Amino acid sequence: MRKSLEALLPSIDSVESGLESVGYIPSRQISTALFLAVRLQKPILVEGPAGVGKTELAKATAQHLGLPLIRMQCYDGLDESKALYEWKYGKQLLYTQILKDKMGEELRAYEGMDGALDKLNEFDDLFFSERFLEPRPLLRSLREPGGAVLLIDEVDKADEEFEAFLLEILSDYQVTIPELGTVVAMVPPIVLLTSNATRDLGDAMKRRCLHLHIGYPDAKLEEKIVKTRLPHVEDHLRRELVSFVQQLRSMDLRKLPSVSETLDWARALLLLHASHLEVDLVRDTLNVLLKFEQDIDAGNKQVLAFIEKAKTEAAY
Amino acid sequence: MNDVILRLLRAARGGGVRISTAEMLDAFEAVEAVGYDDRQVLRDSLTLTLAKTIEERASFEIIFDTYFRREALAGGATPTAEQSHQNAADMEGIESKLAQRLMQDDQAGVAAMMEAAGEAVGASNIRLFTQTNLFARRMLDRMGLPELEREITNLRELGREEIAARLEAARKALGDQARSFMERQLTLFAAGATKELRENVLRNVKLSQLDRRDYQRMRGLVRDMALRIASRYSRPKKVDIRGHLDIRRTLRRNMAHEAIPFRTVWKRKKLEKPKILAICDVSGSVAQVARFLLMFLYALTDTLAGIKSYAFSSKLIEVSHILEGEDIDEAITKILNDVGFGSTNYGRALEIFSDTALRHVDRHTTVIILGDGRGNRNPPRTDLMKNLFDRAARVIWLNPEPTPLWGTGDSDIYKYMPYCHLVTSCNTVASLERVVDDILRSAQ
Repeated sequence: MRKSLEALLPSIDSVESGLESVGYIPSRQISTALFLAVRLQKPILVEGPAGVGKTELAKATAQHLGLPLIRMQCYDGLDESKALYEWKYGKQLLYTQILKDKMGEELRAYEGMDGALDKLNEFDDLFFSERFLEPRPLLRSLREPGGAVLLIDEVDKADEEFEAFLLEILSDYQVTIPELGTVVAMVPPIVLLTSNATRDLGDAMKRRCLHLHIGYPDAKLEEKIVKTRLPHVEDHLRRELVSFVQQLRSMDLRKLPSVSETLDWARALLLLHASHLEVDLVRDTLNVLLKFEQDIDAGNKQVLAFIEKAKTEAAY
Repeated sequence: MNDVILRLLRAARGGGVRISTAEMLDAFEAVEAVGYDDRQVLRDSLTLTLAKTIEERASFEIIFDTYFRREALAGGATPTAEQSHQNAADMEGIESKLAQRLMQDDQAGVAAMMEAAGEAVGASNIRLFTQTNLFARRMLDRMGLPELEREITNLRELGREEIAARLEAARKALGDQARSFMERQLTLFAAGATKELRENVLRNVKLSQLDRRDYQRMRGLVRDMALRIASRYSRPKKVDIRGHLDIRRTLRRNMAHEAIPFRTVWKRKKLEKPKILAICDVSGSVAQVARFLLMFLYALTDTLAGIKSYAFSSKLIEVSHILEGEDIDEAITKILNDVGFGSTNYGRALEIFSDTALRHVDRHTTVIILGDGRGNRNPPRTDLMKNLFDRAARVIWLNPEPTPLWGTGDSDIYKYMPYCHLVTSCNTVASLERVVDDILRSAQ
């Protein structure tokens, strides 16, 4: 089955055009990473500032390949029972309560302890079967018959124990459930891990992954992204607003605006029926781009100069 | 082609990118998948498989570009048909391969020859910049420079001055090219080794003998170490104790099901960050070590619950606010001006500490005392030390002096020893790292 994935993505160019067809404009490096991930069967560790399209990449990949996207959000305290599988404890208890009489009857037929115990053992297997298994994202992604795209979001938020536990799954695409045996992936999923670098991941983890860093896009790429996502924005306005955002990024800000903010802003301008950037308009909507008070203050001071430059750049 | 990649990987290793054998295999697999056609793709693929941090990525990209850079030969435009015809006439009697290529302006061919010659003379073994000319000369010999020179002389004798001049110019350019080739090899293969050597030396050099010009480098080193330690200990504040049921909270959570335990709650253990209080002797030789200890501790602020620091020589003052507010180097200079260089009096310092700061010490506090214990024959006041010892979680004494000197002359270190949990000699950055690591570990 993985073969067919390889057939779907025969070259780096095909990855690029495939992602573009579902509205994600990748840089060359992103396409290369995805291509290699499928070829080498390795997970991709995606790093970069918030809002540059890390999660979006996984969604677009899944959409393009027609695979289900299974997402797992990591947080402090995430453990196996929430990530891998859990027994439906409540259901097990409920069923034993309901079946109590029935079981009593069955057991009554046996003389002596040994026979009854043997019978009980069978019940045990009954209650720890597929029926009472609650698969969590990791197990689901392994059991998906056609393969899947597994997105492990913000893996740096999970603790180190969990990271160590992920290693087995990521290198062999298999996992062992004591009561059922080893589950091997029918088709190894395409795994993307994202990290915001709040903590350094272990070397063992990094070694197993392709390390992709997505930064802020350059003006050309960003224009293309805006054009694909929001085709209604006029060419002129698009060039102006992208140039403006690019200039903002050259400032010392606490949180630089990323692609998602550019898109939000473009959407806002579209709603306000703007055809050009104007000082008041930009001042009023600057809070879409910048998220901190100090940043907005600093940005406000530069608005005039930035608009000037954006206009001259857009004129070309 | 494999050799080319292998040598690139070796250069990358020298340049600070950590590459394991398994990663090498990955890199080859990746290269096989993408091929050599597109240089950008090749670079991206190798970066993806090899680099593990943003810094590594940046240095690998630089190394890749340096490694695969081919400098254009001095010479010029591709010859037109007429010129080639002319060339054919000029080529007569020129026999050596090198000369032919130079005449034809075959840059790729010459570059390939240089590459091969470089390999033959072991150019990647270059370690020192003084070797550049030697290696360049060897390479040129290998490429057939002697034959070329002989041919130029021959041409001159035959009166074909113009062609001889052309070859002569090309020969000069070739020499320059060989030297810059070797310089590139030097940056690729030797820079890493030198840096590594330097840092290794710095790590183990006695801090009191540290040269002023190495401060900058040392600060970087300390920051790296602190970062490494911090990431090791920035763990969650609570952990589940597996298998210990928290009955009270389990019952409460399952009230809705008549307290039938559908959902279990495990007991949790709270992990505490260590609280550190540092008392540093800032007189004479100890000051240097104090500088780096404080630098270390303040780089770890996030991992620690709180740091308080005191400095003393003849009197003792709190210096936390100075250290927090300013650039650490300036702050330390300021502290040294305030209290440093007096005649040290440990007893007096302990007295002031007991009066003003003992209330900050509780059973969670690790007290680090840095000093040589030489109190100029003043009363050591071990009674106050005992007091401190009883209150604190741990008292650690770091002594920059080597052990054999302890107890000699006016050293009171053996008198203080019974009131410390640990007394250890500490005078290099490496030993500082060990001590701080140890403090954090025992706190968990």
